Amino acid sequence: MTKNSGAGATRRGFLKAGLAAGGALAAGRTASAATSDPAITEIQPWNSESGDPVDFAPYGKPSEYESEAIRRSVPWLTADPISSINFTPLHKLDGTITPNGLCFERHHAGAAHVDPSKHRLMINGLVDKPLVFTMEDLMRFPRENYIYFLECAANSGMEWRGAQLNGCQFTHGMIHNVMYTGVPLRLLLEEAGVKTNGKWLLAEGADASAMTRSIPIEKAMDDCLVAFKMNGEALRVEQGYPLRLVVPGWEGNMWIKWLRRFEVGDQPWQQREETSKYTDLLEDGKARRFTWVMDAKSVITSPSPQAPITHGKGPTIVTGIAWSGRGTVPRVDVTIDGGKNWYKARMAGPSMDKAMHRFYFEFDWDGRPLLLQSRAHDSTGYVQPTKDELRKFRGVNSIYHNNGIQTWYVNEKGEAENVEIS
Amino acid sequence: MSKFLKTTVAASLASAFFSSAVLAEPLGLGRQATDEEVAAWNIDIRPDGQGLPVGRGNVADGEEIFAENCAICHGDFGEGVDRWPVLSGGQGSLTDARPVKTIGSYWPYLSTVYDYIHRAMPFGNARSLSDDEIYAIVAYLLYVNDMVDDDFELSNENFTSIKMPNEPNFFMDDRDTTEVPAFSHDVCMENCKPEVEITKRAAIVDVTPEETAAKAAAQDAKAEESAPAAADGQTTTEAAAEPAATEQATDAPDPELIAKGEKVFKKCKACHQIGEGASNRTGPILTGVVGRPAASVEGFKYSKGMKEMAGEGLIWDEANLDQFLTKPKAFVKKTKMGFAGLKKEGDRAAIIAYLKSVAP
Repeated sequence: MTKNSGAGATRRGFLKAGLAAGGALAAGRTASAATSDPAITEIQPWNSESGDPVDFAPYGKPSEYESEAIRRSVPWLTADPISSINFTPLHKLDGTITPNGLCFERHHAGAAHVDPSKHRLMINGLVDKPLVFTMEDLMRFPRENYIYFLECAANSGMEWRGAQLNGCQFTHGMIHNVMYTGVPLRLLLEEAGVKTNGKWLLAEGADASAMTRSIPIEKAMDDCLVAFKMNGEALRVEQGYPLRLVVPGWEGNMWIKWLRRFEVGDQPWQQREETSKYTDLLEDGKARRFTWVMDAKSVITSPSPQAPITHGKGPTIVTGIAWSGRGTVPRVDVTIDGGKNWYKARMAGPSMDKAMHRFYFEFDWDGRPLLLQSRAHDSTGYVQPTKDELRKFRGVNSIYHNNGIQTWYVNEKGEAENVEIS
Repeated sequence: MSKFLKTTVAASLASAFFSSAVLAEPLGLGRQATDEEVAAWNIDIRPDGQGLPVGRGNVADGEEIFAENCAICHGDFGEGVDRWPVLSGGQGSLTDARPVKTIGSYWPYLSTVYDYIHRAMPFGNARSLSDDEIYAIVAYLLYVNDMVDDDFELSNENFTSIKMPNEPNFFMDDRDTTEVPAFSHDVCMENCKPEVEITKRAAIVDVTPEETAAKAAAQDAKAEESAPAAADGQTTTEAAAEPAATEQATDAPDPELIAKGEKVFKKCKACHQIGEGASNRTGPILTGVVGRPAASVEGFKYSKGMKEMAGEGLIWDEANLDQFLTKPKAFVKKTKMGFAGLKKEGDRAAIIAYLKSVAP
């Protein structure tokens, strides 16, 4: 699956850059050779004293030097912190897998602490036999493992009217990408026996919002999973422990957490989250509904406002992520001059259906201001639009599904800002 | 949908290999749900009325129930308080620069209003309203949206006859025929435009939150780094946490009661914060509330009624708190607190113990 192994390509890339900028690089080396580095010449405490014993942290945590890699919220966005949202620190991450503790949170009635021994999954409605499963029952069905991105439909929703938040954590952080272990929903539905007029599925959560969404039966039978593990361990409380629905490629709101019930019906239920919310109001006052698929999208995660260039000119890495609800992302283009010229970025890491992809673009920065953008091409041929192209179809009031191209302005000092350009 | 169906067929053919070997027929796992169980959870209501319980409620009753249970966040007439959802008005605003999407101006089906209140409202106390109370609230919401008169009564019988004005303005996702073809094109890679200008800047808008938590954490990490105590090889965070925990323990007469109180406090958390980093939300900060004068949290807008009682010297001692929490509106007339009260004496004792246990 891995198309780019990485190391070789990187070295060659830098070699070229090094030749071009030979003078600057050599100068840098000479300067640093003048004084000796105390990090080397002095004995560090960790070099002399014993470290933590085993079991010091029975569940390990990141290094204390990584305290900046945390979820953050934007308090003014919501009325209160219980029905609210926070954001994945994309600028601190690399690769494609999101660590469980950093996956963004979106709750409608807080993160429910559900006792798995009292958790049940019910299937009722247009089925031959309404069923109830315990968690133990579910563990006896054949399982599968898939990596999928989950993006909130409102990701980048604050940016419709123009550049607003400074940091990809805030502009794009309502996304995560983890490996799910779970039972194909199809197997559970077959166990209950869906009647021929069963065309829709209502999925419902057990939390105090009793979140519900209508899902067409074709999708339910295709690739939906009823998942109990993420990245190998039990789901986190804030991700729906002990059970959540996985709806690959479709908006995150449908991935019901604390999943307790499926009802099979012959029409959609028109629940709050598919009528008053998660519908896309267009300029003419009409609104799209059932906009389930997440369009192809990408963002440069570094440099970005929270991850400035601190090393000065010379070899510089631009990296970011890309994803599409319609398939894979075989190609991402990067520009450093605001779209005058584009380069194909190097895709590195596995390329999987409806999963996050990682791209890199290595270049030799001359220290002049940059206008950075990335542009995803998905496996269907869809190309990520500019924000203005998108606004032609949507206006600025649709809140959801903003997949327009993001621009970062990087100044001479390497500081980055969220901007829009002509 | 046809393209979608094809993919589905292909996908199921591919996976048939795997599943057919394991699952020739159902595994017989799980058990049949009883009628009572299905009835307990099957609470959804559809636009065609499927799921509606037998019941009725009128605008006048709805106004009262709404004032008691909903107005604290949504305002007396559904106008919305702070950033809580606006439920009324906004008709004709959907093409405005700032559309106001309310039940009257946007929601396509009335069934959604009933369904949502029933499953999720009041916020922090879901599933506490009776069927008739919900009918009354829905009737009141129709009234504040100018859709019915003040003598209107809503019931399961006339429910589906009410059509929401904005329903015709919703249409199925058409991106596959509009946006997807427009965006699926060849791209320019070289000399694509002569000039580029910055047109919008986030720095000017300046609404990005200060990263106070992150900054504090970074400072903590630095302090740890330089602290000589760290030389014993243990991180200092654990040690630093210890004295605080001990202190709390000596203050605590009954840890079990406090733990129970913390659980009961979940009912309050929608509006109140307590402890480190707490701020005023819909309700005032409750850190140190036991023993303090009423209406004394700075920066919180108290109700007239609460201020009057504070003027008369009301102190939140345990006895007064107990009375207030039994039935807030009976103790402080016109308090903003839209909480029905804690009927169980044990719950009140537990919550007071918990409130006492959180040191300022």
